[in-house]
Amino acid sequence: MMLEANGIHTFYGAAQVLHGVDFRVGKGETVALMGRNGMGKSTLVKSLLGIVRPRQGTVRVGGHDVGALDTHAIIRRGIAYVPEGRGMFHNLTVREHLVMAARPGAGGRADWSYDRVLRTFPRLAERLDNLGTHLSGGEQQMLAIGRALMTNPDLLILDEATEGLAPLVRREIWRVIRAIKETGIASIIVDKNVGVLLDLADRNIILVKGKVVYDGGPDTLKAQPEILERHIGL
Amino acid sequence: MTGTVPRRLAVVLVVLLVALALFPLWGKAVFAAKYAFLLQKLTGIMIVAIMAMSLDLLVGVAGLVSLGHAAFFGLGGYMLALNSPQYEAANLWLVLPQTLAAVAVAALVVGFLSIRTSGIYFIMVTLAFGQMGFYFFNDSKLAGGSDGAYIYVKPKVEAFGAILVDLDHKLSFFYVVLGVLVGVYALLRVLLASPFGRVVGAIGINENRVQGLGFNPMAYKLVAFTIAGTVAGLAGFLAATQYGFVSPAMLSWHHSGDVLVMVILGGMGTLFGPVLGAFILELARYGLEAVTDHWLLPMGAMVIAIVLLLPKGVAGLLLQWCRKREGSDD
Repeated sequence: MMLEANGIHTFYGAAQVLHGVDFRVGKGETVALMGRNGMGKSTLVKSLLGIVRPRQGTVRVGGHDVGALDTHAIIRRGIAYVPEGRGMFHNLTVREHLVMAARPGAGGRADWSYDRVLRTFPRLAERLDNLGTHLSGGEQQMLAIGRALMTNPDLLILDEATEGLAPLVRREIWRVIRAIKETGIASIIVDKNVGVLLDLADRNIILVKGKVVYDGGPDTLKAQPEILERHIGL
Repeated sequence: MTGTVPRRLAVVLVVLLVALALFPLWGKAVFAAKYAFLLQKLTGIMIVAIMAMSLDLLVGVAGLVSLGHAAFFGLGGYMLALNSPQYEAANLWLVLPQTLAAVAVAALVVGFLSIRTSGIYFIMVTLAFGQMGFYFFNDSKLAGGSDGAYIYVKPKVEAFGAILVDLDHKLSFFYVVLGVLVGVYALLRVLLASPFGRVVGAIGINENRVQGLGFNPMAYKLVAFTIAGTVAGLAGFLAATQYGFVSPAMLSWHHSGDVLVMVILGGMGTLFGPVLGAFILELARYGLEAVTDHWLLPMGAMVIAIVLLLPKGVAGLLLQWCRKREGSDD
């Protein structure tokens, strides 16, 4: 198992956001995290990475309990995180964003080189000397994903990767995510684009008010659309 | 961006540097009787500029506003005073590494205890450490207490029995300090352009994002703090060599505050900005002191005007000018 969380209870002050969430991602598996706004999807991701500390529950990465580790140490266990909002640095160029993040993955694996990332996102190659914040929304998202790939991750977490993007750019991002999946990198995808997630994900998890109400394959959701209608409103 | 300087601006900076380097040639003709004094003054300003660059690494790049940076400057000076025989010259090849090592260890310890805090708490903790250093030298018998201590003979720079540079010779020392200023600038520029520098710069923008990329911000901040402290110690060593005197005032928070103003007015995170800030502030102080006893009043007005009119400092103005010129060239 790549990542496993059990009984996660997370609070913001006195407000409980996650109520005993169990979550797992297998090696090479693509898991879609679905739910309406405010149901705890991003909080679950932040809880897995130690950005928000769960009050109860365990998180294991590669079988090791990471509950006591800082975020950077959890990330170093083979995870790449593309946050909501893309997380650009206004003092770094495209090239600097990519070079800064570069490191080998587990066992010295270096499948994703600088050149390969630029081949995957040719638009970035045209803007290497532009500051990250001077790119369009779509280009920033490509850079955020490219930067994540430069760490040669085993697990890629994408939080609202296509939010606010034009349909054409969104299609391009989904194409790349599919290509990443084919390379065997596991991923957790948080997104509102249910149609694409049903096609792309190996497993879908639906969160409602901080609880997992569905954890299963996309075929069941396609066969029983009332589940989506009830929990997501589609 | 901290990594590069636009070509046009680089030319301006090189011209200013050449003018400074040639001061011994044109200064005599222009300033006549005041030449010797101004040579010393410029040497002193360059030393402060070295300290300002080191503080810029913390304030402008890593986003750590320290009010205790003068402690390392003072420690650098005191290390020379304490390691110099009373009536003989210390060997620079021994005393300089000793000084830098001692200041680096002190910065490492202070940094280790300080960087766990942030914002106003970091300012308070560094201020507290700075004041601890001040009172340590002020109240103890070590190196003269509040009276300070003299370094009667300046360190000797020898190789194979031959004196390479006479640090007691004002002109030689001017060029030594100029060389150190350029060397420190180049080193810090290389550091900022390295992967390490990029991470430190990114920490200054958003520490959580950097952590999300798998970097440990504490480790990077600690290394940056130690480097900055060590460079400040080098500046303190040079100041003690120049004046032949050390006192607790070298460690005071007023001194840290003065240099912080130079960094802010010069332009944070640019490295060359704090150097310009040091020259502008120190020369303005010298000029105003000559005009009025109440020089602090116009000096304060000048600082307020620069802060209000140039929020990114003098460097920001120069960078804006370069962008405009580049735009008009296109």
